Amino acid sequence: MKRSLAGRIWPNATAAVLALVFAFPVYWMFATAFKPTQDILSEDPVWFPFHGTFSHFVTAVAAPNFWRLAGNSVLVTVVAVGLSLVIGLCGSFAIARMRFKGRKGILLTFMVAQMAPWEVMVISIYMIVRDADLLNSLLPLTFFYMLMVLPFTLLTLRGYVAAVPKELEESAMVDGCSRRQAFVKVVLPLLAPGLMATSLFGFITAWNEFPLVLVLNKEPGAGTLPLWLSQFQTQFGNDWGATMAAASLFALPILVLFLFLQRKAVGGLTSGAVKG
Amino acid sequence: MAVQLDEAAGRTVPRTGKGGAPPARSGAGGRRAAPYLLLLPALLATAVFLGWPLVRNLVLSFQNLNMKELIQHLTDWRGLGNYQEVLGSEQFWRVTVRTVVFTAVNVVLIMVLGTLLGLLLARLGKKMRLTLSVALVLAWAMPSIAATTVFQWLFDSRYGVVNWVLDHLGWHSMARYDWVGTQLSTFFVITVLIVWQSLPFVALNLYAATTTIPKELYEAARMDGAGTWKIFTSVTFPFLRPFFMATTFLEVIWVFKAFPQIFAINQGGPDRLTETLPIYAFTEGVGNLHFGMGAAISVLTIVVLLALTAYYLRLTLKQEEDAL
Repeated sequence: MKRSLAGRIWPNATAAVLALVFAFPVYWMFATAFKPTQDILSEDPVWFPFHGTFSHFVTAVAAPNFWRLAGNSVLVTVVAVGLSLVIGLCGSFAIARMRFKGRKGILLTFMVAQMAPWEVMVISIYMIVRDADLLNSLLPLTFFYMLMVLPFTLLTLRGYVAAVPKELEESAMVDGCSRRQAFVKVVLPLLAPGLMATSLFGFITAWNEFPLVLVLNKEPGAGTLPLWLSQFQTQFGNDWGATMAAASLFALPILVLFLFLQRKAVGGLTSGAVKG
Repeated sequence: MAVQLDEAAGRTVPRTGKGGAPPARSGAGGRRAAPYLLLLPALLATAVFLGWPLVRNLVLSFQNLNMKELIQHLTDWRGLGNYQEVLGSEQFWRVTVRTVVFTAVNVVLIMVLGTLLGLLLARLGKKMRLTLSVALVLAWAMPSIAATTVFQWLFDSRYGVVNWVLDHLGWHSMARYDWVGTQLSTFFVITVLIVWQSLPFVALNLYAATTTIPKELYEAARMDGAGTWKIFTSVTFPFLRPFFMATTFLEVIWVFKAFPQIFAINQGGPDRLTETLPIYAFTEGVGNLHFGMGAAISVLTIVVLLALTAYYLRLTLKQEEDAL
């Protein structure tokens, strides 16, 4: 079937408008962060930071504890995601490749765990951490974030493991590999996109987490960046330049990671959606 | 956000991949322990970091625990008192109905618009598809606290760009409109924010899923003279039914639990009118220091969430069983 000229123009025009709508808030965050204050507080919006300035970023970085909390965020996120990848990979292999008693129940456990409403469990978590005398420590945060990430890491990797043909592993074993060697040499490389995808989304979850750190790590310098951003906004609420600079600093690592990995990770999942 | 993608991925990959059912393992007694050993760390972590807070939550919900009891480490049992109080309060039921309606509205918007967007992606040429995909990925990757902050700026009453645009489109009464002043307008901002962040996931994954549909099916439908709508209902939708089920389920969970978006926009205000169940539990428990009451609300919240998702959980488990 041939498409008429109008039939080709409409989808493209709609797509162009939608692309603008979706990208605009992200653009506006960065643009505002670079604009001098008189351009931000103008009656008509200044669409591009022609008189760009770094002063808002200086304000943001100079705000109390920025570097400390950024370090905390990186540490907690990396350790939590790393742990959940190792633990999740072991579990996913068992679920995808082995048949055993209680498999259904265990699967259900992880599926329910994945829906765990952490947002409403902050009270009991606060009590537990307080009783253990670990308030304002990074240790409980790391472990709770690890578990927030673990169920979906495990369930997703299960899909990737199942998609690797069993014959590959078997033929490696016929060639004299042990089961573990076959896994490390044959299966693991094929799982690389899956590992990247899951770790990417793990990073986002842990980097983003807000309610728990809000309750557990109140002491100055004890929290992570989401807490810093929310406090920064309370403090600098009317200074939109500085607030947008702070939001940019917080969002940038994830945006870069996502754009950098999307071809491997998301591209793998959505088979070509972002490959164009 | 993350939870959604991964779960759906876990669901899509085995279906599109070759993962056949593994044959039953024969004999080898020592090997029988292998799956349990491999799963042990994950199960242990789940029991400690999820099971324990859940149990503790349940126990707390039967206690009278406020600031005084907390500081003096008193344990004051209250039996079903907290539940009676919560279930008897009008506020709880109002918040529950509000949460369910809020979830339903958002999920319907996300699924309908996300599907349209995904089908649009499938119709585009390479360059335009890449452009739109990059824009979608940007919205998707924005951390929710940062996105919420940006939306507050977009909807700022005085210098917000949204009010400026509405004013210049001829809607002059919107020039200084205070979006967080009323319940409905605050919910509007929250909904736009949540839908903006959720659409990319549905659209990109739907587009990817449509590429797995055999072309012959479309050709056959066209030969029979089916129009766009008919093709969607007779080919695309039936073929992608599992995808739609899984995605809807994930969106229900995600929207229901939405916390930073609602909390950071206006702390559940004005006048607590935009509190959903998670915010309500938080405000009662942590904000007003009624920990026992907060715990009871939180248990009830979990029950509501389970009720909303029970159907899907049952269905998936059944499929999982058939696949083995």
